[in-house]
Formats: sequence, C-alpha cells, structure tokens
Amino acid sequence: MPADGVVDRLAQLTLFADLRWPELEAVAHTFDEEVFGAGQRVLRQGISGGAFYVILEGEVAVVIDGNERSRLGRGDYFGEISALTGGVPVADIRAETLLRCLSLPGPQLEPFLLEHPTVMFRMLQAEARRLRDSNRWE
Amino acid sequence: MSAPDAGPSPPGDYEVVVVGSGPGGLQTSYCLARLGVRHAVVSADDGPGGMFRRFPLFERLISWTHSSADVPLHSREFEAHDQNSLVADEPHLRAFVPAQLAEGRRRPAREEMAAALAQFAERAQLPVRYGARWTATRRDEDGRLLLETDAGEYRCRAAVFAVGMTEPWVPRIPGLGLEHHYVNVERTSGRYRDRRVVIVGKRNSAFEVGEAVVRQGIRELTLVSPRPPDLGRLARSPLRPWYLTPYDEHVRGAPGRYVLNASVERVERVEDGYRVHTLDPTRPEPLVLEADDVVAATGFQAPLRDLPELGVATVLDGRLPALTPLFESVTAPGLFFAGNVTQAAQGLRKHGVASVSGMVCGFRYNARIVARHLAESLTGMTLERPAVEPARIVPYLLSELDRAPELAMQKGYLARVLSVSEHGVRDEGILPLEVFVDGEHDGVAATLEFDADEEIRPVLYVRRRGILREAVLPSHPLRRYEALAYREALDGLLRPLLET
Repeated sequence: MPADGVVDRLAQLTLFADLRWPELEAVAHTFDEEVFGAGQRVLRQGISGGAFYVILEGEVAVVIDGNERSRLGRGDYFGEISALTGGVPVADIRAETLLRCLSLPGPQLEPFLLEHPTVMFRMLQAEARRLRDSNRWE
Repeated sequence: MSAPDAGPSPPGDYEVVVVGSGPGGLQTSYCLARLGVRHAVVSADDGPGGMFRRFPLFERLISWTHSSADVPLHSREFEAHDQNSLVADEPHLRAFVPAQLAEGRRRPAREEMAAALAQFAERAQLPVRYGARWTATRRDEDGRLLLETDAGEYRCRAAVFAVGMTEPWVPRIPGLGLEHHYVNVERTSGRYRDRRVVIVGKRNSAFEVGEAVVRQGIRELTLVSPRPPDLGRLARSPLRPWYLTPYDEHVRGAPGRYVLNASVERVERVEDGYRVHTLDPTRPEPLVLEADDVVAATGFQAPLRDLPELGVATVLDGRLPALTPLFESVTAPGLFFAGNVTQAAQGLRKHGVASVSGMVCGFRYNARIVARHLAESLTGMTLERPAVEPARIVPYLLSELDRAPELAMQKGYLARVLSVSEHGVRDEGILPLEVFVDGEHDGVAATLEFDADEEIRPVLYVRRRGILREAVLPSHPLRRYEALAYREALDGLLRPLLET
C-alpha cells in the first residue's frame, strides 16, 4: 500500500491527468511503491516476468546491449511494451539517481487499462508520439 | 554502584553493532559470531523474542512447523518443514520450535515462539545487552557510526538494525487514530459480542482480528480498504486457510459479513458509535457504514528513529528503509537491516512475486547473507568458496533445487550460485538472485520461482562471456528435480559455460 503522498504525486502526472480523486486513490493502492538506489537495475533485458513502472521521482537510463540509448524521468513510464506483448524487456532500465516508482506486475496491466480507458488513451497518445518521433526523417 | 561494563556487549568499539533481540537480531548475532566478527547486540527489551513478546495478538502464527518429515529433525533439510525456528550450523541449535509446540498443533502460538527464541539465545550464548535502548545515531569524522543507548555509547563500522515492523501505523484519515489501531483492540472475551465492527484494512492483521471477533459472536463485520484482497495471489497466501472466514462468508453472501474495496474518506464519531464514510470509485454514491467499533488494521512501520536524518531513504511514507539486495540502505552506506524489515529488499519480483523476508522463514537466511557480507567487507576475511568438480556440478545444483531450504522458502529471491573462472568452478554460496543477475561474473544461479500461473519452477540463470541467459524449466508435480529430464536440461545449459 503506497503512501498517502503518492496520491498527490499521481495527480500531477499526465498519464493519470483525467482521473478523479477516489480513482487516483484506487490507482495508488493497486500499484506498489518501489525505491531504488543510483546504479540499481529495475528491469533487465531478456529476463521474463517484469512489471510496468511509472516514475514518481528520479531518473533512469535505458540501456540496450550495454549502450545507453535514452533517459526517462518523472511522469515517464517503462515496461509497458513487454507487459502488453508478453515478451521480455528489450532493454535494461538502470536507476541513475534515487528512484521512486510505482509498479504493476505485467499481467495486471491489461485489466488495469481496461478499467481506466482514459489512462489507456493517454498511453496510446504517448506511444503514438514516440512512433512519430522515431519515424521522422532526419 | 555497579560497574558500567558488567555483562555482555558493554559500550565501546566494535566492528558491528546489532540493534534488537527479536528473531532477526538473534539470527544476525549468531551468524556474525560463527564468522568471528566482533560485535555487540543491544536491545530495549528485558529479554529475547522481539515482536513475539507481543504479537500476534489473537491467533497462532500463519507459518508451519511440521511434526513429521522424511528428513531428520536436526538436519538442514528439516528447515523447509519448520518455518519458525532460527537456523544454525550445529545440529544441537536447530529446530527449537517443534520442541515447544503443543501436541497436535502445526502452527506455533506467540508464547511458543518466544520460548524457542529464548532457548536459542541462551544455548548459542548470544551477547545481548538487554535494557539498552538505542536512542540516537550519528557519524563521526572518520565515518564510523555512533549509537547512543541507555547503556552508553557504541562505535562501529557497520550497524545492523533488527528493529522489526513493530510501531503501529495509521494512514491520514480524518477521525481515524492510533486509539483505533489493532494493537489497542481489547482482548476481553465477549467485548465485541453483538457489536457492529468496521475494520479498516485487508491484510494479515485485518483478517486476524476479523477472525477473532467473528468467534466472539459479533453482529456485523465489514472489512474495508481500497485495494482488493490479493485473490490472484491467494494460492500462495499463508492467510488463506487460517484467517479467511470473514472473506469466505462475504463471498457466499452471509448477512452481516462484508469485504469492501473502497477508500475510507473519514470516520465520524456519533453518539453511540461511528459513521465510516467510504467511496468506491466504481459506484456513484458514497457508502456510509454504521459501526459500534472501528479497528485500524492498517499495519506497522519500522521504528527508524533518526536514521532518515543520516540519509536513509525510505519507502511507504517512511515506514520502511529502501534497501539494496544485501540489505544495506540504498543511500546510507554501513547501515544494514535484519529481520522483517528486510522485506523492503524486493529482489527481481518476477511476475509480481515478493520475497518472504517479512517472515522468519525468509529473513533467517537474509541474516546469514548480511553476516557473510560484513565479515568480508569489514574484516577483510575471505570466506571459503569450495571448488566443485565438473562432474559434480549438475547433481549438486539438482540436489539444491530439490532440498535446499533457502531456495524452497525464499522463492525467486535466493539462489545457489556457482562462479566459473580460470580458477575453476567455485561455490559462492546462497546469495540474493539479484546479486548474481546484476553482477558481471560468469557462472550459474539456480533458484525456484513461481511463474505467471503460480506454478513452482526451477529456473537457471547462466552467464557466459558476460551474456546472461534465463532458462525456466518445467514444474514437477512432487517438486522433485533429480529426475533424468532435469539432469539432461542442466547438462545442455551448462556445457557451453564449462567449456569456456
């Protein structure tokens, strides 16, 4: 059961921007809170059974085959691709600072999104943006 | 005037100071002593037992101690049959709980646990200084830790806090206070007869107190909290068979037995009772529960005192310290934890499965890991890592998967690890799986895990030339892994590693 303060923090994240207070509270109680030290790994490339994470505080590096590809920070999330496709993570996620996250075991993401379609829409928007940016001709 | 340094663990300089004389503190002290690490143990209590001097309030424990097994009572393998005794290398210090257990019981009562712990502390001659409450902590200019206690000041290079999750915690809900907490529930028989009781919470203590008041003949019982009971995990929940009467009656539609998933907005005091205002996000209207009594079964927190000021990052509103896989604060080096606080180190949490470090059967092994780590990192001692002959590797790993109590108890958290280098194959011992997986050395880690369908599976992690591979093996109906199919699977997985 995450802390009371977590609800306030959730309310500020784009992903959950459409939710009302009791819904936010339910979200806070559905997810687990996890804290990692700088350098600790959160998700591991090629290892099954991962979770979906939303960053409340701190920064992570996305590392593929040992090479850092990008950074994610507050309000960003990761692990959704393996959770949605049933595959294994394609990257290591490594905490670069003290990292506070909410997590949901992979198989629970689908029922969660079906219960919260506005969150699903926000996620779809973000995925669409990522796809657009990765297809942009330089 | 008595001499201030009389008795065990007098104030002074030590390599390690252990705080607490519950199962976590005693197990840590035992393991440090075995390794020859000079340490002190301080405890606020006047005798051993820790939380089992007080909890659980109503029911027996939810962990098993078998009275009959296919292995000898004082063997290592028996530990899987007895989740409640502390562990030791010497047979005469093993399995104290079975001897305490009343005839016909399979789960100990609080008093039986406390007696077994007292026996362990005495027979292992652990140097506990009782009546020495830890009051403050700071660092000196050399980075050493200073612990102030009622008995005087202790200096050390590392401290291990085995202080339990023992301080009542109540969330910030208007009208709900410490006076409603589980610890303050009156135990007088018949106190709740004919009453309407609302319990805030749906975890161990909520179901425990629910079961206890149901037996007293209450009129109405409602358990309420936002998170649904963890039914998906029920297959491996130790709660299921013992505490779940209120839930069982709720799902079968018994009048006056309710388990609600709703947030509690406020608790209103009315003339002869309470109104509990709740909100279920899936319903348009708030739901108001009328009650004669309200119980906050909202859990506990670790009494961390001033440790956050020393830089200890916390999780869950400061209720637990955030920990590395070796049970050290992620932000404050040298501050270690033992006992049920080690549940804060979550490991890989594959498929959402947490460790069982909140229970004796989990944290008794964590203490051994902390002690070994401290022995090597503080005293420069190198622990023995026995060589394993190539022909013995597969049979050894299979027998560990079959019988190692550490793997059977701490599924997905602890693993048997072998390293492979130009010096050959070495047994690194039982380690947190995360230490091997996130490390760099070539080798293999063997563990047992729950899969997404809650089946218990042997899993091997093999790192060869820096590349890690996970192999999830099939389950076995009797959980016996020495069968030919597993032997062949391990042969195939390990052959390339051993050829390098």
